[in-house]
Amino acid sequence: MSATAGINYKKSVIDALVAGFMALIVFGPIVGVVLDGYSFNAEFGKVAWMVAVVVIGRFAISCFFQTEKGIAMAFRHANNDEGVAVRLPDHKSKLLWVVPLVIAIGLLVPFIASKYVLTVIILGLIYVLLGLGLNIVVGLAGLLDLGFVGFYAIGAYGLALGYENLGLGFWSMLPIAALIAAMAGAILGFPVLRMHGDYLAIVTLGFGEIIRLILTNWTSLTHGPNGISAPLPTFFGLEFKRRSRDGETFHEFFNIPYDSAYKYMFIYLVLFAVVWAVLFIKHRLVKMPIGRAWEALREDEIACRSLGLNHVLVKLSAFMIGASTAGLAGVFFATYQGFVNPSSFTFFESALILAIVVLGGMGSTLGVVIAAFCLTVLPELLREFAEYRVLMFGILMVVMMIWKPRGIVRVTRTGFAARKGVVK
Amino acid sequence: MTSLMEFKEVDVHYGPIQALKKVSLTVSEGEIVTLIGANGAGKSTLLMSIFGQPRISSGEIIYRGEDISQKSSHYVASHGLAQSPEGRRIFPSMSVEENLLMGTIPIGMDHAEEDMQHMFELFPRLLERRNQRASTMSGGEQQMLAIARALMSRPKLLLLDEPSLGLAPIIVKQIFQILRDVASTGMTIFLVEQNANHALKLANRGYVMVNGEIRMTGTGDELLVNPEVREAYLGGH
Repeated sequence: MSATAGINYKKSVIDALVAGFMALIVFGPIVGVVLDGYSFNAEFGKVAWMVAVVVIGRFAISCFFQTEKGIAMAFRHANNDEGVAVRLPDHKSKLLWVVPLVIAIGLLVPFIASKYVLTVIILGLIYVLLGLGLNIVVGLAGLLDLGFVGFYAIGAYGLALGYENLGLGFWSMLPIAALIAAMAGAILGFPVLRMHGDYLAIVTLGFGEIIRLILTNWTSLTHGPNGISAPLPTFFGLEFKRRSRDGETFHEFFNIPYDSAYKYMFIYLVLFAVVWAVLFIKHRLVKMPIGRAWEALREDEIACRSLGLNHVLVKLSAFMIGASTAGLAGVFFATYQGFVNPSSFTFFESALILAIVVLGGMGSTLGVVIAAFCLTVLPELLREFAEYRVLMFGILMVVMMIWKPRGIVRVTRTGFAARKGVVK
Repeated sequence: MTSLMEFKEVDVHYGPIQALKKVSLTVSEGEIVTLIGANGAGKSTLLMSIFGQPRISSGEIIYRGEDISQKSSHYVASHGLAQSPEGRRIFPSMSVEENLLMGTIPIGMDHAEEDMQHMFELFPRLLERRNQRASTMSGGEQQMLAIARALMSRPKLLLLDEPSLGLAPIIVKQIFQILRDVASTGMTIFLVEQNANHALKLANRGYVMVNGEIRMTGTGDELLVNPEVREAYLGGH
C-alpha cells in the first residue's frame, strides 16, 4: 500500500459530487417542496444549503481517508477482530483507581444536583440495572431476549400490588420482587430451553406482551390501564411525606423543613448502592465456573453438551439472575414514579434495553453502564430537539453499527488460570 | 480383557427413518477400536447415542456393567466417558487454558493443575499458545485442543469423532501419532473415522458400518487387507 502517494483531489471531487447528487435526490423532494394548501412552495435555498454541507463533508472525509492517518483508521476498521479479547490471567487494570473516584462523586451527586437532574440520573441508574440484567442473558449467555420488559413490569407491579394487597413496603418488596421476577424467569426459561436465536426471540417477545396484556386486562387485580400507586421507601420507618398518618415523617424527626427532593435523594442513594452491589456480584459471577459456562454456552452449545455441561441449569440460571436484576429495577422504577401502569412496559422498552446492551458492547459491563446513561440521560438533556429524538436515536444506531459493531467498549475478559506458578 | 462398553442390538430412529439397525459392538479395556464407514452411515449417530442424543429406541448400551442408554448427558460425561466432538467445537473466544478448564466440568477442578501440566507435556504446541484465543490457532492445533480438553475429565474411555476432519495430510499424521501416544498410556479409545487407512493402522480392532448396520468386523490388519474394505474405503487397487 503506497500511503505516501499524496491526496488524489480528482477522486475526492468526484466522490463529493456523487454524494451531492445523492443528497439532491434525497432532500430535493422532501425538504425542497413544501405543501401550502393545494399549491406548493419550492424552497431551493434550504436544499442548496443541505447539499452543500453533504458535498463539503464528503470531500473532507474523502481527503482524510487518503492521508496516512485515515488509511490507518480505515485499515483498523476493515480488520475488526472478531470475538472477545482475552487478557493474561495476571492482568491488572490501570484504571482501577477510577472506581473509588466514581463512588465518591456518586455519593456527592444528590447534595449538589438539582431535583430535576437527580431524577434524570435515577432513571439512568434504573436503566443501568436493566442493562446489566439483560447483559447476562444476551451478552454472556447469548440468549436473545426481546421480552425483558416483562420482568421489569413484574418488579414494578410487585411493589405496587404487594403494598396494596399485603401492606408490604419498599424494603420487604425489594427482595421479594427480585425473587418473583427470578421465578418468572424460570417459568419462561423452561419452555425455551430447546430454542435458539430467532425462535427464542419470538417466544420471549410473546412473553413480554403477555405480561403487559395481563396487567392491562386483569382489571380486578391491577386496575388495568388506570394503574396503581406505589409506596415510597422509608428511612428506618420514617416516611418522606409532608404529613404521615402513622408516626413521624423524615423532616419532622430531623427537624428540618419539608422538601420533596429528600425522597429522590434517598432513592438515589439506595439505588446507587444496589447498582454497585449488582456490579460486584456480576463481576464475581463472570469469574466463577458458572460465568465461564454461560460464555461457553454462547459460543458453542453442542460443545458444552459434549463436555457434559448441564445446559438446563446454565440457561435457567442466566434467565433467573437476569430477570431478578430487572425485578430490582422495576421496584425502583415504581417507587420513583410513585405510580405504575401498563403503558410503561411496552415493547419499545425492551428494544431500548436491548439497544443499551448492543451499543455498550455485548457482555461488557462498562460499556453497558455508559450506554445506559447515553440513551436515557442524553434525550433528557436534549429536550429542545425532542421532535428529532427518535431520528437521532436511529442515526446513532446506524453509525454505531457501521463504525463500532462491537459496541462502545469491546468486551475484554481477563483470562482464567488454574493457579499461578503451576505450569513452567 | 473385560468389556468396558458394549452396544447390544441398538436401534436408533430419527422420526420414521432408522439410523442404526441392531448395532452390536464391544470396546474392551485398553483397546483402540475404530468404526469406519461412509458419509451418512450412522457413525456419528452411534457416538452421540452414548450421550443420549438421540435416545436409542431399543437395545442396551452397557458401560461398566450399567445400562447408560437412558441417562442424561452430564451423568454419562461425569462417569468417565469423554468425547471430542465432530468438527472440533472448541470455544473460539476462550483462551487455550480456559478451553482445557471447560473440560474439567464433569469432575470438578481438583486435578486441574496437574492435568493441565500433563496436557502441555503431551501437546507442547498448546503450551506455546496457552493464553491465546483458541480461534486464532490452526486447524491441527484446534484438534489437539479438542482432544486435550476431552482428556481433562480423566476419562476411562475416549470417544473421538473424526479427528482428521478438514486437516492437511501431514497434520492428520501428527494427530494419529498423538493418538498413538495417548493410547500408550493405557487409555481406551473408540475412534470414529472416514480416513480408513490411518484409522485401521492405529486400531486393534475395527468395525465397518454401512447404512446403519455393522457389515464387517476384524482386527485392524485384517480389515486393511480385506478386498471389500479396500474397494470401498481405500480407493481399490
